[in-house]
Amino acid sequence: MIDLRSVSFRYRQDWVLQDISLRIERGEFIGVIGPNGSGKSTLLKTLCRLLSPQKGEILLDITSLKEMSQREIARKIAVVPQEAYSLFPFRVIEMVLMGRSPYLGHLMFEGARDFEIAKKAMDWTETLSISERFVDELSGGERKRVFIARALAQEPEIILLDEPTANLDIHHQIDFLDLILSLNREKGLTIVMASHDLNIASEYCDRLILLRGGRIYKIGPPREVITRENIEEVYGCRVWVDENPVSGMPRISLLRKGVD
Amino acid sequence: MKLLTLKKVITVSLLLILLLLMVIILSVMVGSVRVDPLRSIIILFQSLFGIKGTETEMERTIILSLRFPRALLAGLVGAGLSVSGVIFQALLRNPLADPYILGVSSGSAVGAIIAILIGLSTLSFGLPLASFAGALITIALVFYFGKQEGKIHPNILLLAGVITGSFLSAIIMFFLSISQKEELHTIIFWLMGDFGFANPRSIGIVLPYIVVGFFVLYYQSRHLNLILSGEESALQLGVNVERLKIVSYLCASLITAASVSLCGLIGFVGLIIPHSARLLFGPDHRLLLPASALIGASFLIASDTFARTILAPVELPVGVITAAFGGPFFIYLLRKRKVVKTL
Repeated sequence: MIDLRSVSFRYRQDWVLQDISLRIERGEFIGVIGPNGSGKSTLLKTLCRLLSPQKGEILLDITSLKEMSQREIARKIAVVPQEAYSLFPFRVIEMVLMGRSPYLGHLMFEGARDFEIAKKAMDWTETLSISERFVDELSGGERKRVFIARALAQEPEIILLDEPTANLDIHHQIDFLDLILSLNREKGLTIVMASHDLNIASEYCDRLILLRGGRIYKIGPPREVITRENIEEVYGCRVWVDENPVSGMPRISLLRKGVD
Repeated sequence: MKLLTLKKVITVSLLLILLLLMVIILSVMVGSVRVDPLRSIIILFQSLFGIKGTETEMERTIILSLRFPRALLAGLVGAGLSVSGVIFQALLRNPLADPYILGVSSGSAVGAIIAILIGLSTLSFGLPLASFAGALITIALVFYFGKQEGKIHPNILLLAGVITGSFLSAIIMFFLSISQKEELHTIIFWLMGDFGFANPRSIGIVLPYIVVGFFVLYYQSRHLNLILSGEESALQLGVNVERLKIVSYLCASLITAASVSLCGLIGFVGLIIPHSARLLFGPDHRLLLPASALIGASFLIASDTFARTILAPVELPVGVITAAFGGPFFIYLLRKRKVVKTL
C-alpha cells in the first residue's frame, strides 16, 4: 500500500529522517513511536507530502507521491490534525463537508451526495447531534471527532493521526481510539498514528515503528518493540515492562529515580 | 441543516444588488445643487435608454456627468476595498488585517504626494497614475522582502509590509513638512480619502482591475474557506496552497492599488465591511465575497453622499464619514453578534 524506499528528509542542515525503508500493508494499524525529535511528525508529514523527502521515494500503491497532485493524494490519505482552529468559526457540518473538497471543482457547491457522505461520517463518529454547533465552541473530545468525520468525508484509504490522544482525558482517549480501531477493523482503513503514549500504542497497533534520531531502531509487533531494553536504550530512561493482565499486551511502568 | 447553495448565493446577491441600486438612485437624487429628486431619476433613466427629455443642460451635466459617475466610482472602490479586506484577513489569518496592512496604501500615498508636489496632479490622469505606480512598486518590494525560499509566510509578509509601510510613512511625513499650505490641504484630503479627486473617466481604468480581480478571487473562494483553518490543513485537503496564496495576495493588492489610486486612503471600509458581512452571512467565501463587495459598494456610496451633502456646499472627505459611521455601527454589530449568529 505505502512503500517508503530509503527516504531521507532534512529541513536545513541536519537530516531529520535518514534512510527510512518500510512497507505499510493495506488495513494495518501502525504506530510510530520514539522520543521528541526522533522524526515521528516529520515521517507523517512526508506520507501526505506536506514535506517532500530529498532522497528516496514514497510509493502509494504503484504511484510515486511526487507524481500525484495534492488533490489526488487528499482522496487517498486523510490527516487528522492535533488541533485546527478556523480563524472565523464554521459549523460542524460545514467543517465536515470541507472533507469533500478533493472531489469538488473550484466553483462547485457540495451536492446531495456529498451531504450523504458527510452525514454518514458524522453518524459513524457520533457527531450528528452537534452538527449545527460552531466548531470553536466544542470540547476537545468533540472537536477530535469532528476532524475524524472530516477525514472520513474524504473517503480515504489511509488515515494519519499525529498525537491523537494529547489533551484528552482517559475516557476520551479510549473512546477516540476505539473509534479509530473500528474504522480500521470494520471499514478496512489503514491507520498510521504517531504517539507518545506507549501503552496506547501497544494496546491498539498491529505493528510499531520505533524511531531514534530519524532512523528506524526497531519495527515489528508491539511484543517485539516494546521491551525494556529497547525503550531504555532509545528513550534513555528506566522503565519496567510487563504484560497488561487483561489484554496480555506489553505494558510500561515508569520508574522514578531511586526506585528499584 | 441548511447548506450553502448556489441558489442562496444568487438570492442574497440579487437582494444586495437591489439595495445597491436603491442607494445609487438616492445618491443621484441629492446634492449641493438642488435638482428636483424625481426629475433626477427621470433624467437618469431617460439617458439610460438614450432619450433626451425636457431637462436643462445644467441638470443633465449634474446628474449624468457628476453624480452618477461619482456614485459608480464610489461603488467600485467600496467593493474593491471590501473584497481585498476579506482576502487579507483570510490569508494573513488576522482579523485586524485590512487592505492597507501590507503598505500598499503608503506606497500609493507617496506616489500621489509626489504628483501633487511637482504639479502632475493637474494632468487629467496624473494623480491616479502616480499613486498606482507608487502602490505597484510597494507591492513588488513587499513581496520581494516577504518571500523566503520562494514561499510566502504570512507573518514574514506581514512584517515586511508593516515595515515598508512605516518607512514610506516617514517619507510622507517628510513631504508633508516641506509642503506649502495649499498643497498641504490637497495632500491631507487625499490621505483621508475623497472622491473630489476622481475623474469620472477613470472608471474605465479601475473597472477591469476590480472586476477581474474579484472573479479570480471568487474562483478560489472554496479554497479560501479551507485556508482559514491553516495552510497545512488546506494542503491536506488537496489545495495548492502556494498558488492560492500568490494569486490571492496579488489580486487583493492590485484591487487595493486601483481603488486607492482614484480617491486616496479611505479608511475603515476594508476592515469593517468584511466583518459585518461575515457576521451577517457567515465565513463561507462563496457567499462572503459577493456579499462584502455589494455591501461595501452601497456603504461607500451612502457615505460619499453624506460627505458631499451634510455640510453643503462644503464637501467633507469621505474618509471622515466612513470612520464616523462605520466605527459605531461595527461596535453595534459586534455587540449583537450572538443574535446574528443564530440567523
